[in-house]
Amino acid sequence: MNRAQVLSRRKAVINTIVTVVLGIISVFYIYPIFMILMNSLKQESAISTNTAFELPSAATFAGLSNYVYGVTQMDFLSSFLYSLLITISSVVLIILCCSMAAWYISRVNSPLSKGMYYLCVFSMVVPFQMVMFTLAKTADTLKLNNPFNICIIYLGFGAGLAVFMFTGFMKSMPIEIEEAAMIDGCSPLKMFFSVVMPITKPTTISTAILETMWVWNDYLLPTLVLDIKKYRTIPMDIQYFRGSYGSVQMAPMMACIMITIVPVIIMYLTCQKYIIEGVVAGAVKG
Amino acid sequence: MVTKGQAVDACPFFQKKGLCQMEKAIKRYWPVFILPTLIAFAIGFVWPFIWGIYLSFCKFSTVSKVEFVGFSNYTKIFIDDSFSHAFWFTALFTVVSTLTINILAFLVALLLTRGIKGTNIFRTVFFMPNLIGGIVLGYIWQILLDGLLSNWGKPLLALDARAGFFGLLILMSWQQIGYMMIIYIAGLQNVSPDLIEAAEIDGATPWQVLRKVKIPMVMPSITICTFLTLTNSFKLFDQNLSLTGGDPAKQSQMLALNIYDTFYGRSGAQWKGIGQAKAVVFFILVVVIALIQLRATKSKEVQA
Repeated sequence: MNRAQVLSRRKAVINTIVTVVLGIISVFYIYPIFMILMNSLKQESAISTNTAFELPSAATFAGLSNYVYGVTQMDFLSSFLYSLLITISSVVLIILCCSMAAWYISRVNSPLSKGMYYLCVFSMVVPFQMVMFTLAKTADTLKLNNPFNICIIYLGFGAGLAVFMFTGFMKSMPIEIEEAAMIDGCSPLKMFFSVVMPITKPTTISTAILETMWVWNDYLLPTLVLDIKKYRTIPMDIQYFRGSYGSVQMAPMMACIMITIVPVIIMYLTCQKYIIEGVVAGAVKG
Repeated sequence: MVTKGQAVDACPFFQKKGLCQMEKAIKRYWPVFILPTLIAFAIGFVWPFIWGIYLSFCKFSTVSKVEFVGFSNYTKIFIDDSFSHAFWFTALFTVVSTLTINILAFLVALLLTRGIKGTNIFRTVFFMPNLIGGIVLGYIWQILLDGLLSNWGKPLLALDARAGFFGLLILMSWQQIGYMMIIYIAGLQNVSPDLIEAAEIDGATPWQVLRKVKIPMVMPSITICTFLTLTNSFKLFDQNLSLTGGDPAKQSQMLALNIYDTFYGRSGAQWKGIGQAKAVVFFILVVVIALIQLRATKSKEVQA
């Protein structure tokens, strides 16, 4: 064998080893979810920490009864709809308002736009615990404490990241296109919606994904702002189910975890290209 | 007619005439463009922030009965040792998890940029945990780790703070490695192949290529990833609440959970003020850490 053959054979061997290593790591990634799935199919009496790793047997198999029980007990459907409502309304509002604000900031040079920009950057560093108590009180006073208005709170708290990402992109946009539209007599509003919005589409998708991941999974903000007896989002529901009863029924709880995860994973698999691009774009801007 | 000199005065951004008119036109529309965000931002961030700083100097149990007490809340932060314990727990966890997550994520990213078959599948699988919320992740790992511990005859997570620490470390690594890996892959793909080839022609070993070419070239990614992992770990709340809940006896409580517990877990008129004072200290710590980190890693970045 000549040298090139040796090298390519060695490379093939190394690649096989790498594939095997990555395969083993993948098992660690999939197994926890597989285990929850297995346990959610067992009868309540068969669940204990000692038998957590056993597959359901004929004697312990419970079919879908845990799912039915969990969904009815947890009032899962209404939580799901509230989560959906809050996420969609907040993300749409954040994208619309923040892209407009960012365009203003990147095209107008005034103390207002500078101040707004630096405040937004600053707000990204502030931990939520700093404002949680006063924010909940403010929301109560202004009647923003229900799933229909909470999007205004999310706009306020999510504005930092969105304005930052949009401004970063818009500052690098060639200004000649807008200049041409201006000369053709385009009003600022029309220009924004028919010229600027289409150009910023990649940033819009990235920002929308980052904000969706945050709002959908957010636990503390809705817990403090919403009345937990009336409205619950999915993370609140899981925590409430787990935390408020003396003895937790583990089997329905695991069924609920599965129902919570499955839509997210389906969404992830269908638009993972955008999600991963969104993460990269967010990091580069950050 | 507007002369060029006047235009410069009126529009510092755009010195061309057409663009100057554009800036003015956009400026007139400020109630449409910037006011909604400004109002929401004032409600959702600015006002609660300022009010929060004020309340940290007050004794209050509800917002209608507020009594100014000066710095006494700040002196009472260490009235019990839960805050300092939480601080050291958080500091240790932040250091260990930042190192673990970044090293492992970088290694996985190196393996995934070799162009082997199935790269996309592996990437998809490793990133998946980031889509699941912290509360749910905490419960999944609680069930799994408690199962392991009880099969080994060890005390459960809720009874052993050391197990809680490592449980949190495993959980956070499991979740964050995929996220950081994505950023590192993007960084590694931007390293010019010419640069690596040049180094190889000069006789560099793979280890030297990694140390002297790849790592310096992905320094911006390292800056971002360490920043994200540092702040994520330091501000960790959801996973801490669901995995250990601070048990046993607040021994596995991190700072964010300690503040939450001071606010909502204790009865007594003084605790809310102390909680708010703790939150201000926490905020200052986060800002200091962020600034130090950005300065330290930014200085190591090189120009291509």
